[in-house]
Amino acid sequence: MSDFDSDAPLEYDPAHGFIRTATGRIVLRVDELERGLLSSLFTQIIDLLDPVPADQLDPLAQMVGIAESAQRPDDAALARLLPDAYPDDDAASVDFRRYTERDLRDGKVARARIALDMLAATGPKITLTEDQAEAWMLAINDVRLALGTRLGIEEENHEALVRRAETDPSASAIHVYDWLTYLAETLVRCLQSED
Amino acid sequence: MPAVVTAPTELDLPAVDGLVWVDHPWITIVWNDPINLMSYVTHVLMSYFSYSRPAAERLMLQVHQEGRAVVSTGTREEMERDVAAMHSYGLWATLAKDGSEG
Repeated sequence: MSDFDSDAPLEYDPAHGFIRTATGRIVLRVDELERGLLSSLFTQIIDLLDPVPADQLDPLAQMVGIAESAQRPDDAALARLLPDAYPDDDAASVDFRRYTERDLRDGKVARARIALDMLAATGPKITLTEDQAEAWMLAINDVRLALGTRLGIEEENHEALVRRAETDPSASAIHVYDWLTYLAETLVRCLQSED
Repeated sequence: MPAVVTAPTELDLPAVDGLVWVDHPWITIVWNDPINLMSYVTHVLMSYFSYSRPAAERLMLQVHQEGRAVVSTGTREEMERDVAAMHSYGLWATLAKDGSEG
């Protein structure tokens, strides 16, 4: 796991990221650059998770939530979002996927869409209900999982990845990842301050 | 040996006071990963399993330090539900028969 306080990818600044206002509402402020970046990332997650148009699926299987394809995804980022349930039993894992993966994908896509739609519909100040905040938190986490997997994030290599980004532009996504970590941490703090 | 005093059909009743068959042979395991935030994992364990903050933090730290922790026990069906929920939160979770996991 990563620890925001000890890794400190970005200095905590209450003027950015998610805040809970004095009246108890959760608010995210985004500039145009951040809005475009977030929209692009949520769109990529939706594309990653929802590659099959609904009209090409067996309607009966879809109705009862059974996935046609139940193999572990080859793509590492996708496999991280849709992991095996039985590490030592491929047949049981495949069976588990057949009955749960469609719902899992749909839930992740639905939450990314909530965030995407809110980004498109609001100005620089986005006010979230508790339910919307929960959806945003899971959606941001899914983006971090996919991006972090692509970047090859490990427990102790964060500094090395930041150094590599100084000379290798293809590694610059680490800064986007750090920004998402910052957003995720501030959002968790907002949700925890409710109880 | 005393004569049988109870009707044999009653022996098939599944739950008799003090003699409830405790069927908790399956476990849900959450594994450590380098991406999920410690604060986030704690939050998930509190919101989904209704663990208290100290209990959730203890489990989170066990995952972080020992590489994994058992977060729930129950029937296979219940554990499949918990694993699916953990996957929706993005936690790396698996299930196993209690005692069979290496």
